[in-house]
Amino acid sequence: MDTLLSVLELKKTYEVKKSIFSSKKEVIRAVDSISFELQRGSTLGIVGESGSGKSTLARCILFLERPDGGKVFFENKDLTILKKNEMRALRKDMQIIFQDPYSSLNPRKRVLETIGEPLLFHGYSKKGDLISRVKDILKDTGLNEDFLNKYPHEMSGGQRQRVAIGRTIATNPKLIIADEPVSSLDVSIQAQIVNLFLDIKEKRKISMIFVSHDLNIVRFISDEIIVLYKGKIVESGKTEEVFYNPLHPYTKMLIESVKANFIRKEPVLNDDHYEGCAYYQRCNVKKEICRKKPPSLTGDKIHKVACFVNDRSV
Amino acid sequence: MEGYIIEISNLYTSFFIDTQVIPVINELNLAIKKGKVFGLIGESGSGKTMTALSILRLIPSPGKITGGKIYFEGKDLLSLTNREMESIRGKRIGMVFQEPMTALNPVIRVGEQISETLIIHKNLSKKEAKDVSLELLKKVGFEDPGKRYIQYPHQLSGGQRQRVLIAIAISCNPSLLIVDEPTTALDVATEAQILSLLKELIETQNMSMLFITHNLNIMKRFGDHIGIMYAGRLLETAPVGDFFNEPLHPYSRGLIDSIFTLRTEEKRLKVIPGFVPKLSELPAGCKFHPRCSYVMDICKKDEPHMKDLGNGRWIRCYLF
Repeated sequence: MDTLLSVLELKKTYEVKKSIFSSKKEVIRAVDSISFELQRGSTLGIVGESGSGKSTLARCILFLERPDGGKVFFENKDLTILKKNEMRALRKDMQIIFQDPYSSLNPRKRVLETIGEPLLFHGYSKKGDLISRVKDILKDTGLNEDFLNKYPHEMSGGQRQRVAIGRTIATNPKLIIADEPVSSLDVSIQAQIVNLFLDIKEKRKISMIFVSHDLNIVRFISDEIIVLYKGKIVESGKTEEVFYNPLHPYTKMLIESVKANFIRKEPVLNDDHYEGCAYYQRCNVKKEICRKKPPSLTGDKIHKVACFVNDRSV
Repeated sequence: MEGYIIEISNLYTSFFIDTQVIPVINELNLAIKKGKVFGLIGESGSGKTMTALSILRLIPSPGKITGGKIYFEGKDLLSLTNREMESIRGKRIGMVFQEPMTALNPVIRVGEQISETLIIHKNLSKKEAKDVSLELLKKVGFEDPGKRYIQYPHQLSGGQRQRVLIAIAISCNPSLLIVDEPTTALDVATEAQILSLLKELIETQNMSMLFITHNLNIMKRFGDHIGIMYAGRLLETAPVGDFFNEPLHPYSRGLIDSIFTLRTEEKRLKVIPGFVPKLSELPAGCKFHPRCSYVMDICKKDEPHMKDLGNGRWIRCYLF
């Protein structure tokens, strides 16, 4: 296997005013020096709670949002130095699926136009054979040709998400980033869409980054996972390894809170600043050193963790 | 009947749009035992929230309750006047809505929103209401109620807002608490905290609860009795333990499979084929039959009624 995507020290910060009337600004590090590699044909799951930077990371990888620092290599091409038209040509190889199929589809376009647009734009199809191409794609997403002339409001959430997936795979991309693609769907439909992802991945050999807060689904679909907390990777590794043997207290807490009726009072968070681990205030196994400096991500290819308590390098 | 806090029998609710009648609740029978949690499970549009709104008589126009009885503490809620209903809503029956982001008034301090309920329902003075509100904030897990009392909703996180809503809902010591998807908008960790809080409240406040969710996992660890809704109907009700040991209705089985095969070594998830039907375009017969793998001829023609299987289990299916 070879590397399709490598992300090096990616950073994205936002400045937020502390209150509407103050001129003081607070810097939020949404993506804080994140590095990882994605092998061709494999699926990487990114988990974390809301505000952990999952979506920002996904958008930065595709340069939908310009990162402040770091590099992204896609098939050994450095995306940070690409020109606009080179980047546009590359877009057909990297696609994204958003969470909410109600807002990600243009309400005034029929399915045929929605899926046909990228085909025409990237030159995969001419006007003449467009319909048959779109029909093929619809078939792959489990919809029949009756859908060609439907508008988004005539379809259910699951059907819309299938159309969104259809548009994504139309250009035969090498990488799909799916940002919470099933969390707005009903339970019985979620399973259908997860299966669809697996079918597509197998049939078309597409690599995938699957962003979700649902640990069960990430576990089912991913080969490797990354756990994000406040913009940093706190743990990463082979999926089963991380689930069977979680090392970071945050990962443990996430897994526990899915499994059991986990009783735990919200910790009192104070605003005083310290340099150490971002998880320090919520951690239940913290040591003195955790307050003083941030831990770095250590370990091997199978399993990495950023925690002084469970340091893999010692 | 003794031992039940609320009993709903043969409830029908419909929406009247132009000349169309769209039934959203059909032949719903449900009873909640005192001090117990009844979990109402269903996908979007299955009628869960409409059931809650029917109990509170808050069905928005053009919807109407068209039949049935709702006995709560010995009174039929559907025969009360609006004035009488107002003294039950918020006082005897508390409600926590799904969206903690929108359920609070953004320009009023959260403490005052709790006090408001107390002033209206319990005739407390402003000062007394504030004292009680501070107590309530403490009860729902805030360590610094004084500071929280004067904050605005936007200064709180999603989980904290949900706590405030719970504080409002329990402020008048209701005997029934209705919670509608209370954790759907929250993270797993925050979800666990809110669930613990609700559990604690049931145990200490002697409350019963109608817990509406689409998440079977939550009900597995939380509920006492469970009801599965589909297209405005209950398809199965059962004690939680029995239900998860042996779900009977094909739809229930499908739901459980599509969640719990996640743990196995299967290559694909088991799925229920097809789509959730629109309420305006329901099939004849059993509403689940187009997606059912055990479908028989009769299922396509006549809709089954709820059948008593004993031990608190009821099912709407010809297979039983």
